[in-house]
Amino acid sequence: MDISALTERFGLLAVGLAAFVVVMLALYGIAELASRRNRSRLVAAVFLFPALLFLAVGLVYPALRTLVMSFFNGDGTEFIGFDNYVWVFADDSALQTLINTALWIVIVPALSTALGLLYAVLIDGRRGERVYKALVFLPMGISFVGASIIWKFIYQYEASGDQLGLLNQLLVWMGLDPVNWLNNFPSNNFLLMVVLIWIEVGFATVVLSAALKGVPTEIVEAARIDGANPSQIFWNVTVPSIRSAIVVVAVTVFIATLKLFDIVRAMTGGHHGTDVLAHNMWDQAFRLGNDGRGATMAVLLFALVIPVVIYQVRNIRRQELEAR
Amino acid sequence: MSVKTEPRPEAAPPSSVGESRGERLRRMFSSRIASFVAILIAALWTIPTAGLFISSLRPEVDIRTSGWWTVFTESNFTLDTYNYVLYSDSAGGGLIRNLVNTVVITIPGVIVPVAFAAMAAYALSWIDFKGRNLLYIAIFALQVVPLQMALIPLLSFFSQGLAIGDFTIMPAWQLDGVNTIVQVWIAHSIFGLPLAIFLLHNFMRELPSDVMEAARIDGASHSQIFRKVVLPLVTPALASIGIFQFLWVWNDFLVGRTFGGGESTRPLTAVLGDLAGSWGFGWTRLPAAGFIAIIVPLIVFLLLQRYFVRGLLAGSVKG
Repeated sequence: MDISALTERFGLLAVGLAAFVVVMLALYGIAELASRRNRSRLVAAVFLFPALLFLAVGLVYPALRTLVMSFFNGDGTEFIGFDNYVWVFADDSALQTLINTALWIVIVPALSTALGLLYAVLIDGRRGERVYKALVFLPMGISFVGASIIWKFIYQYEASGDQLGLLNQLLVWMGLDPVNWLNNFPSNNFLLMVVLIWIEVGFATVVLSAALKGVPTEIVEAARIDGANPSQIFWNVTVPSIRSAIVVVAVTVFIATLKLFDIVRAMTGGHHGTDVLAHNMWDQAFRLGNDGRGATMAVLLFALVIPVVIYQVRNIRRQELEAR
Repeated sequence: MSVKTEPRPEAAPPSSVGESRGERLRRMFSSRIASFVAILIAALWTIPTAGLFISSLRPEVDIRTSGWWTVFTESNFTLDTYNYVLYSDSAGGGLIRNLVNTVVITIPGVIVPVAFAAMAAYALSWIDFKGRNLLYIAIFALQVVPLQMALIPLLSFFSQGLAIGDFTIMPAWQLDGVNTIVQVWIAHSIFGLPLAIFLLHNFMRELPSDVMEAARIDGASHSQIFRKVVLPLVTPALASIGIFQFLWVWNDFLVGRTFGGGESTRPLTAVLGDLAGSWGFGWTRLPAAGFIAIIVPLIVFLLLQRYFVRGLLAGSVKG
């Protein structure tokens, strides 16, 4: 890399940061003036201005535009009503994308939460608990793309010669024939899910493990004295006490799963029947150049999170009421 | 699932007088199973990454002909691949440029949203104004809106500007070359805001109101309270959110790929994602290239895990 490329980039960084400092100082100056005159509404407006501007221009307005675009054709010149939505449910590959997404959003949150809970319970109070936790938590720091590369090598298939992928080598060691995993529909979908589960279990473990520590020992002790066996204690005492943490983990993983783009892109590019909504949205809009269909996919994605939004908003309103 | 065997082996009381031999055997046995499962999971979660790391240090011929586990019988290591992917001018090399892009993208991509979010969160938690709760709930709801909803219009906003009919509200930005990175900064700042505001609001709400009252009685203005009282008190929270945003921006593929312009201005992960997707002739260089992208966030993550976990718990366990 030559020096000019370097100075160009860091020069841009310096200019950008300088501009940011100027904006902050200006905002702060206005806020200071307004505060001295005790005009707290104006202060609030100044403090909120940059965030609200960004959210309005970059998220709210575009989301509404996307909704409108989903009723237009590929280049946005002609209103076509619900044609894009009809296409989603009539086209075979689009339908496959929907089915895959449905599988993803059920299987990944369920398995990630269950495995995270199992692991959290198994290591709770064990010697070296922190090391155990750190090992499983580590993939949280790895990008989806990095994880995809890691797992692509695990699934690697060679038609001839030695197997280079660990999974196929294990098959060979057991005397079985190697499999071209990623091209093998429908099981390839589950192999892609493994990658996301591998990442999310660490998150589930950490949150649930913290919740487990919060279960009062008196209740567990009381149940034990009453003659409950370990599995009864687990299902009737432990799980109900950490119910809200379990819900939060499942919901968080659900949203992450729904928005998943990277793993599909880096592992199969959506081929061999592995496409999902969030990836297909990108593919339609930016690779195939059909904004209408891309927007439609995005709207479907949004429709799937609406229940979560409602649930969350009800939760937060309840909290606000309780706090008062 | 095997949860049923013995969920809390360590919590079992020490072998009491009344315990029969059968019970004790069963307890030891299930504790063994628990250990085995725990170790199995830990191994499954570590080996794939270790395999990639070993591969990244092997000569190309070896990667092409044998699996990484063969290094235990015949070890052969080299840094050549790292050298190639970072500095070579040939195809698949020169990733140092994209690594620099990632750094240049990440620094403002973290600072800007965290700073804006801190200001907004202060206003939402400590300044009284009408409609405050409604505004907070709206921002909170935005958290789960998939960023896919914004991609197409936001990109056209940058490339074509914003107009209602013939009336131009904002001209096209016409950024090219390195300057396209500005788009990535802004996109990351936008998408990072809702979560950052939510988390910081959670932390700021918890601050004792007597401290605020005292400062106000002493004649401090809102901007002074924000700077001298609130910011120092929420520094750990700022650290947690900074780490979140850092990991998200550094590891991001979608935003960098969509807004990052041509290949020379895209961040490392965006280039890698395409390389991995095509699995072209340079696939033997993927382990080294992948590891370069993985190692920085991994180190940050390991060193600052405590802050990360704190943010995670503050954001999620409230439910």
